[in-house]
Amino acid sequence: MVGILEDKDRIFLNLYGLRGADLESAKKRGCWNATKDMLDMGRDWVINQTKASGLRGRGGAGFSTGLKWSFMPKEVKDRPHYLVVNADESEPGTCKDREIMRHDPHLLIEGCLIASFAMQAHAAYIYLRGEYVREREVMEQAVKEAYAAKLIGKDNVHGWDFDVYIHHGAGAYICGEETALLESLEGKKGQPRLKPPFPAGAGLYGCPTTVNNVESIAVVGTILRRGSDWFAGMGRPNNTGTKLMCISGHVNKPCNVEEVMSIPLKQLLEEHCGGVIGGWKNLKAVIPGGSSVPMITAEQCETALMDFDSLRELKSGLGTAAVIVMDKSTDLVKAIARLSYFYKHESCGQCTPCREGTGWMWRVMERMVRGEAEMKEIDLLLDVTTQVEGHTICALGDAAAWPIQGLFRHFRGEVEERITNYRAGRPHVQGASLAAE
Amino acid sequence: MSVRRLAQTQPASFAFSKDTNEKIKFWLGKYPADRKQSAVIPVLWLVQKQEGWVSEPAIRAIAALLEMPVIRVLEVVTFYTMFMLEPVGKAALIQVCGTTPCMLRGAGALMDLCKKEIGAKDHLSADGLFTWQEVECLGACCNAPMAQINDYYYEDLTPETLGQIIAAFRKGETPKPGPYNGRTVSEPAGGPQTLLDESLYDGRLAKKIKKLPNTEPAA
Repeated sequence: MVGILEDKDRIFLNLYGLRGADLESAKKRGCWNATKDMLDMGRDWVINQTKASGLRGRGGAGFSTGLKWSFMPKEVKDRPHYLVVNADESEPGTCKDREIMRHDPHLLIEGCLIASFAMQAHAAYIYLRGEYVREREVMEQAVKEAYAAKLIGKDNVHGWDFDVYIHHGAGAYICGEETALLESLEGKKGQPRLKPPFPAGAGLYGCPTTVNNVESIAVVGTILRRGSDWFAGMGRPNNTGTKLMCISGHVNKPCNVEEVMSIPLKQLLEEHCGGVIGGWKNLKAVIPGGSSVPMITAEQCETALMDFDSLRELKSGLGTAAVIVMDKSTDLVKAIARLSYFYKHESCGQCTPCREGTGWMWRVMERMVRGEAEMKEIDLLLDVTTQVEGHTICALGDAAAWPIQGLFRHFRGEVEERITNYRAGRPHVQGASLAAE
Repeated sequence: MSVRRLAQTQPASFAFSKDTNEKIKFWLGKYPADRKQSAVIPVLWLVQKQEGWVSEPAIRAIAALLEMPVIRVLEVVTFYTMFMLEPVGKAALIQVCGTTPCMLRGAGALMDLCKKEIGAKDHLSADGLFTWQEVECLGACCNAPMAQINDYYYEDLTPETLGQIIAAFRKGETPKPGPYNGRTVSEPAGGPQTLLDESLYDGRLAKKIKKLPNTEPAA
């Protein structure tokens, strides 16, 4: 057996799409089984069980899903409640929600019904990124099947009137931020809103709304079916359950896999991915949770566990559990400079520190790649990252700053060497402009 | 941010096709009646499917349809990078992912090939058949490097396989999307190592659950 998780404890039984994604096949795998009984237990039971399972949001921030649901108003007043599912998966390295939507769409729809019932919403919108055309087609088909089988819709077998609508974006990373997503869903530019008010108070169309990641919603049905203690029994305390992990970059066999939380990173790479290209000794650094978290070094990878707390201790984060592996052949400065370009490209332009800062940081990083910089510019760059970080409406500013900070935390020597070598080759540069612009 | 402007030359007029109108009706049914604006992205996308790109007359037509100020539609169309603001290749729009996970696995070589086969990026090729772009993470990192061609993902590419795909499009064919190194989806190369337990699929999970766990009344 590879890894820790046994097949019998997996939630996504069709992760690789080798079985059907249709309703009949999904039912055979246990989906929609006893869903009515769950709803009959009442919304407090659903919320309490979800809380007790220890499920933390799978979209990156890791906030308790059950707790988030409990923030919704207890009574429905003049405004309807909404559930919005964030399927705008765009974090570099992450490709897990895609597999759920195109191979196990009914788990997601079932989860939407349960979550909506828990927060008294009669409608859910699933916001897919625009590029996921195939995934959208599968989801639309699955929704159609669910309506036809009266699993959802008016007067459905579950006794909770409920509609699911598939919506899509058009290629903006920022729409993965929950309030930007709501703006986009309202037909506007995806620029994040100032909080408060939080979406639970005023979200979609000004109505109470909860935004959850695809994976967080899709696991709920199985958790309630098998018991919160089953889910809570996997992983470490505060880091419970199973998690889809996406491993890309320099491994022999990049893949998506469902594993228990807190699996050692080394075991994940060695057993599921055929190891690092050129062997473990050839490992240089790993970005463990999608491009927004700082990298960790090969030594730290020896002991790192794939969970929220272990990676936070290493000054990184679990994020979306998208592991980007880089071996010794990697030009780390270039790899991070490319991420800086990504954030520059995806900044929505609303807050000045981010709009101007991401471009500035990218241009400096590009010069650092060549070594065409001054030593003191390293500290200047780090200083600017701290001025962007925490000074913007949403977390994109932080996400742009952290990869750069991670690079210099562990590999500052490499950049310094590059600058020295660049200068050594040009002893007579005089008065050359080295300004950022 | 990226700077995006409307094309210099614009057609004189625009009209929704019958098919597009049908689909717009479907999309408008998804939102509350007084929230037509929500459909702006799907409608822009339908228009792009119809015309290949989004023109200025089309933007005006959409604004009228959704009862929005023209400037609001213009804002949206210039904000979201999937909307093409000038005509693109008739045979294929090739969008190569260039972000770090794909870069690590050789997206650079794919872009070199595109440059050689098609020409400069973001420009219509001389024969009008192709446009290629470098785009940001497309969310298929376990199948890197990859490209989105027209609507679908072509994954696990090499310059050779991408060359064959381009040649096929040039002949007017539509090659099969998906991984090009023998994988089915994003399982590890050589076949899945998990989900091998056949008993999960024999229907026992669909059997009626008599009693859900944790449903005893509190003592």
